[in-house]
Amino acid sequence: MTDPTSASAYEMSHADSKEGRATFAVIVDNEPGVLHRVVGLFAGRGYNIESLTVAETDARAHTSRITVVTSGTPEVLEQIRAQLEKTVCVREVHDVTNDPRGVERELALIKVKGVGDHRIEALRVAEIFRARVIDTQLDSFVFELTGPSGKIDKFLRLMRPLGLVELSRTGVLSISRGTD
Amino acid sequence: MTTQTKDAPATARTMTGAEIVIQALIDQKVEVIFGYPGGAVLPIYDALYQDTDKHGDRLRHILVRHEQGATHAAEGYARSTGKPGVVLVTSGPGATNAITGIVDALMDSIPLVVFTGQVPTHLIGSDAFQEADTIGITRSCTKHNYLVKNAADLPRIIHEAFHIATSGRPGPVLIDIPKDIQFATAEYQGPTEVTQIHGYAPRTKGDAGKIADAVKMIAEAKQPLFYSGGGVINSGPKAAEALRELAKMTGVPVTSTLMGLGAFPASNPNWLGMVGMHGAYESNHAMHDCDVMVCIGARFDDRVTGKLTAFAPNSKKIHIDIDPSSINKNVRVDVGIVGDCGSVLTDMIAAWKAARYEAADLRGWWKKIYEWRAKKGFSYKPSDTVIKPQHAIQRLYELTKDRDVYITTEVGQHQMWAAQHFHFDKPNHWMTSGGLGTMGYGLPAAVGVQLAHPKALVIDIAGEASVQMTMQEMSTAVQFNLPIKIFILNNEWMGMVRQWQELLHGERYSHSYSDSLPDFVKMAEAFGCVGIRAETPDELDEKILQMINSDRPVIFDCKVEKAENCFPMIPSGKAHNEMLLADSVDIGNAIDAAGKKLV
Repeated sequence: MTDPTSASAYEMSHADSKEGRATFAVIVDNEPGVLHRVVGLFAGRGYNIESLTVAETDARAHTSRITVVTSGTPEVLEQIRAQLEKTVCVREVHDVTNDPRGVERELALIKVKGVGDHRIEALRVAEIFRARVIDTQLDSFVFELTGPSGKIDKFLRLMRPLGLVELSRTGVLSISRGTD
Repeated sequence: MTTQTKDAPATARTMTGAEIVIQALIDQKVEVIFGYPGGAVLPIYDALYQDTDKHGDRLRHILVRHEQGATHAAEGYARSTGKPGVVLVTSGPGATNAITGIVDALMDSIPLVVFTGQVPTHLIGSDAFQEADTIGITRSCTKHNYLVKNAADLPRIIHEAFHIATSGRPGPVLIDIPKDIQFATAEYQGPTEVTQIHGYAPRTKGDAGKIADAVKMIAEAKQPLFYSGGGVINSGPKAAEALRELAKMTGVPVTSTLMGLGAFPASNPNWLGMVGMHGAYESNHAMHDCDVMVCIGARFDDRVTGKLTAFAPNSKKIHIDIDPSSINKNVRVDVGIVGDCGSVLTDMIAAWKAARYEAADLRGWWKKIYEWRAKKGFSYKPSDTVIKPQHAIQRLYELTKDRDVYITTEVGQHQMWAAQHFHFDKPNHWMTSGGLGTMGYGLPAAVGVQLAHPKALVIDIAGEASVQMTMQEMSTAVQFNLPIKIFILNNEWMGMVRQWQELLHGERYSHSYSDSLPDFVKMAEAFGCVGIRAETPDELDEKILQMINSDRPVIFDCKVEKAENCFPMIPSGKAHNEMLLADSVDIGNAIDAAGKKLV
């Protein structure tokens, strides 16, 4: 709130803040429409969703875990968290972004087509990344790779010139280390 | 989803889903439902008929003429009583018509429980007659909503819905009940017998450390200001009392949002008047110059803050709100206290006393305020020949102030003039659509208020354009003998639209003239009401007295100055201390190109 020359009446006082990335683990009541509530909140208020995963994690307590990767200024990220927490079917929200005890993993299935040297090189790179081969044909492989998103990105960069033709990713899953 | 119930209670009874709805409403101490029947809610209407047959009018049903009227009437009822408003409408168009009022209630934090019928479960998704995805449509405009898939869940869902609607930051909750569920039978459980399954538990008690910090900041301030909002009214009469006490102890001036009018008495010496785009000159200047601002149950709405980068630039800000997401949303604050206004204000008073603070010497601050007040921001050019709209409101206030009077409004210039020139000493007596700005709110809201306060004088201060949006509810007023007064400031224009076109769009009045107006007096008579028209200032008082002395619903056609603009005004894109007064010169150029792009 220091720029009196700004023309907009609606400019946020933090409009110049730097955008960052955040991963929220959201524990929700597992009931019909709950995913829509969370996604609708992001859409309705103009927040980004970079990836989103959801599945029931505790059948007895009827809870699911939604892991959502988003981006925005620190103020927007704070607002996203507050809006999530106020949703009636949301039980807990954990910001696992900068949690030193947090672990993030993603799974990718990658189809690579090629013969000869390319095929051998693809298999060699896959070994280095500890990707599993889950389908082999004479002219293609399907690899399964698990790891932080950055590792998967790097693997894809190496596979692209070697004949990458199809890709499927889960988006980020997260959990914290330790007992709680 | 399964129902989690405690051991089967002795009072458990088997009922149909429709009977469960009625029994749950009785147990929730609901006295009035606003509704409109239709195919998908016929079983509930049948259960209601049978209940009335057996027990008389313990649950009154008010038949509206359009479902939007039902939701606004329920809002008026809720806002004037502090109790939740209850709505019952059918599927498809019944539900979609109700939506404007539901969004209005969400924006203004009004507790509503809305029941909608739905096509039978096996037809959902088949594009059946009068099917709409009510849950999908209302997900983003309710505090919470439910589709009932099993009659056994109904008691829990209904009792939970009332709890969610009325606690924390209040809001609308919708329950969509397929027709087969209304016929199915299940065990009924009362409010104390069901177990809520959600982790919903709003925080009401403020953090003691932050309260101590806040009180210290107030004690040390040279130019402090309390900025209160609708949250003080939602919190209940004790919050308004606590606000009065804290203002007295500290000597701090008090301003309020549009929604908060009445929470602090207009007759109190600490009262400055409303803040915001058309607020008091002294309030806005005080907002700009204050060094410590205490926002109590308000949300830094854009109509209040104006240009954010120039908003109260030299102030430390304290924000008390029950909704954590309101804090730091539009404006960064120094101390954010999550809690119920009443509870936090009470704790602040205790903390002030415990620390033995004394009211600071604020004479210098008050001197500045008196100087701003001397500018007479609400002044206008009087007339002997035409009724000035401000004059009409002032006369209405003078002639009704000794009665138990409740005011509702529509949206536009008349709403702002009412907020400026009518004065409120008590909470819950001012009902207006603040957040959503819904034209057509005031008339049905007056219906709801009059039902809750049969002996009171209930006046809808209206414009001739707004009032036509929900005019048909006059028929409801006649049917239920509700002597509401519709006081129309008729300037033959959508006045606020016209004003913006004059100031911002080169006087190009695009489609804002109220052409082909009905004769409101004849219209009143056609509805079976009393029609009164005032055309000159000298007949105004007599006609107003005629209106308030009538025991029937009245439509009052008050012909006012057509080109009057609403001042003072913070022009779009400007700061609080750049407010325009009525006699400001060169109004057409007061708003720059960037400001013209704003709403």
